[in-house]
Amino acid sequence: MIRLRARDLAVARGGLRVIEGVELDLRAGQALILQGPNGAGKTTLLRTIAGLQPPAAGTIEAPEDSIAYAAHADAVKPTLTVAENLAFWAQVFGGEGSDALARLDLAHLADRPAARLSAGQRRRLGLARLLVTGRPIWALDEPTVSLDRGSVGRFTKILRAHLGQGGIAVIASHLDLDLPAQVLDLDAHRAAPGPVARPSSFNEAFG
Amino acid sequence: MRALLLRDLRLAMRAGGGFGLGLCFFLILTVLVPFGIGPDRAGLAPVAPGILWVGALLACLLSLDRIFALDHEDGSLDLLATSPLPLEGVVAIKALAHWLTTGLPLVIAAPVFGLLLQLPLAAMPWLVLSLLLGTPALSVLGAFGAALTVGLRRGGLLMSALVLPLYIPTLIFGAEITRRGAEGAPVAAPIALIAGITLAAAALIPFAAAAALRINLR
Amino acid sequence: MSIWEYANPAKFMRTTGAMLPWLVPAAVVATVVGVVWGFLTPDDYRQGSTVKIMYMHVPAAMMAINIWVMMLVASLIWIIRRHHVSALAARAAAPVGAVMTLIALATGAIWGQPMWGTWWEWDPRLTSFLILFLFYVGYVALWSAIEDPDSAADLTGVLCLVGSVFALLSRYAVLFWNQGLHQGASLSVASGERMSAVYRYPLYLAMLGFAALSLALILIRTRTEIRRRRLAALQARELRS
Repeated sequence: MIRLRARDLAVARGGLRVIEGVELDLRAGQALILQGPNGAGKTTLLRTIAGLQPPAAGTIEAPEDSIAYAAHADAVKPTLTVAENLAFWAQVFGGEGSDALARLDLAHLADRPAARLSAGQRRRLGLARLLVTGRPIWALDEPTVSLDRGSVGRFTKILRAHLGQGGIAVIASHLDLDLPAQVLDLDAHRAAPGPVARPSSFNEAFG
Repeated sequence: MRALLLRDLRLAMRAGGGFGLGLCFFLILTVLVPFGIGPDRAGLAPVAPGILWVGALLACLLSLDRIFALDHEDGSLDLLATSPLPLEGVVAIKALAHWLTTGLPLVIAAPVFGLLLQLPLAAMPWLVLSLLLGTPALSVLGAFGAALTVGLRRGGLLMSALVLPLYIPTLIFGAEITRRGAEGAPVAAPIALIAGITLAAAALIPFAAAAALRINLR
Repeated sequence: MSIWEYANPAKFMRTTGAMLPWLVPAAVVATVVGVVWGFLTPDDYRQGSTVKIMYMHVPAAMMAINIWVMMLVASLIWIIRRHHVSALAARAAAPVGAVMTLIALATGAIWGQPMWGTWWEWDPRLTSFLILFLFYVGYVALWSAIEDPDSAADLTGVLCLVGSVFALLSRYAVLFWNQGLHQGASLSVASGERMSAVYRYPLYLAMLGFAALSLALILIRTRTEIRRRRLAALQARELRS
């Protein structure tokens, strides 16, 4: 059974803690939406959950190799075609997802070089990649940026299907997605200034 | 792993200049050297091994920042770091792709450039062999330098300053093999040493480079 | 009491603050007396008065290598034990080491001119020091290029480890490349030949002086780095709130 837990999690950006005391416990089929103003630490929290940076304090528990991360950047190579881009990530992650292009309405663009995609189409390609990773936990950073209304609806449907199959999603989004999800307001977890017990950076050690 | 190698090679080909630019630079260098030194055989032949090796080194250096910079910019590196592939393997594969697109063409074309620089025919096999054994080390060490500076906006110059000192042992042995080959002296010792450096670098440097990448991704 | 307590910034500042008023004068006195005493020694029967530059050349060369080793140890401590002062000490030491290398190179060139008849010779030892200088420069440049101190400390640590291996490798590669003109070591435990006491004692004193001077400079620079980090941390906090 897939489960994502975080205990007393603190994350740091630029050597200073932005969020602390975050407790997460997500089970199969649950989604969490992160809210907070710009600079509240949504991206930092997602990168920490994805394992790209170590937590400043606390622990994250998730099965190994279970998290798929989608950042602001779409990791799309302009000289490769849409299908080639997707096939590459499918091979790297060893996932299966022959219908990924169709589900994001990209099938008719499969042979077009990614350089000639619009911003929204690129984003959709970036999201299609989630489907081919075959990973149960999705960490999504503003997934709906530059998507039109129809695409947002399509993506919400995909998210629902993912949760229905026992997946988990942590989403940073300004938009209200039509999802049954818990909401975590990061404003409530803003890190208090002051000395910390175990410094994790220069700014903490000398602050 | 294989998918990554194929993708990198395909990207290098589609972007144009992946294979050609290093060679083009090498050609220009070999054309410029006689203008600087003078056309006579007696002047060119003794410096040819050194020029060819320094040229290989600079041609390799030119394309180093491509190894990680583009993947870092568009977020691919984040994804590779969270993928099932070990990051050390990613580094090794990317260094291999770099070698296949810049090192290997140089190895193959080197005899032509050697001819232009009046390198004695007896030295040709040794030139090719030394480049074949030495250039993989240049790519791997270059990947390390690229990994160290991947987060910097203008890392190119700094990367050269970090990478070039690391190239010194390879350059010394590589040029020595060719020089000794030209003189008909025994070459076994420098060949063993350059092969040792390349093998050790290929085995160990990916770990250091992967550590540097992880630090830069945080 | 554990030695690691000195890795605490406050403790380090207190201890070095108490040490420096003694260390700096002692270092200056030892260096000046050692070098001047060296200049007053009789001329060497082969090298004449030029030998006297040895009292700067040898200690500087010694410190050029020792400081790199110190940086390597400090980097390892940082990477393994995460003591912030250690990383800052490595950073503080690098320019001092680079200057020592430059002094060794410059005095070597000045000494080489009358001895070998040339200002510069691609002799293995000189070349090794030039390569060492390049490594120092790269290390300092990487530190100053990266804004985030945490990444900078980690990356320069990795560079220092890899650089050490390649500096050593270059040393032997250079020997392979050119056997050289440089005279053998002046002070060697292994060889039976030793220089006479008249020359030896001032050299020991000058070496002690250079070591103390380097230590003092490194400590002062480390203290500056600690203060600078403290300031940056306070500013970062100010900006955040």
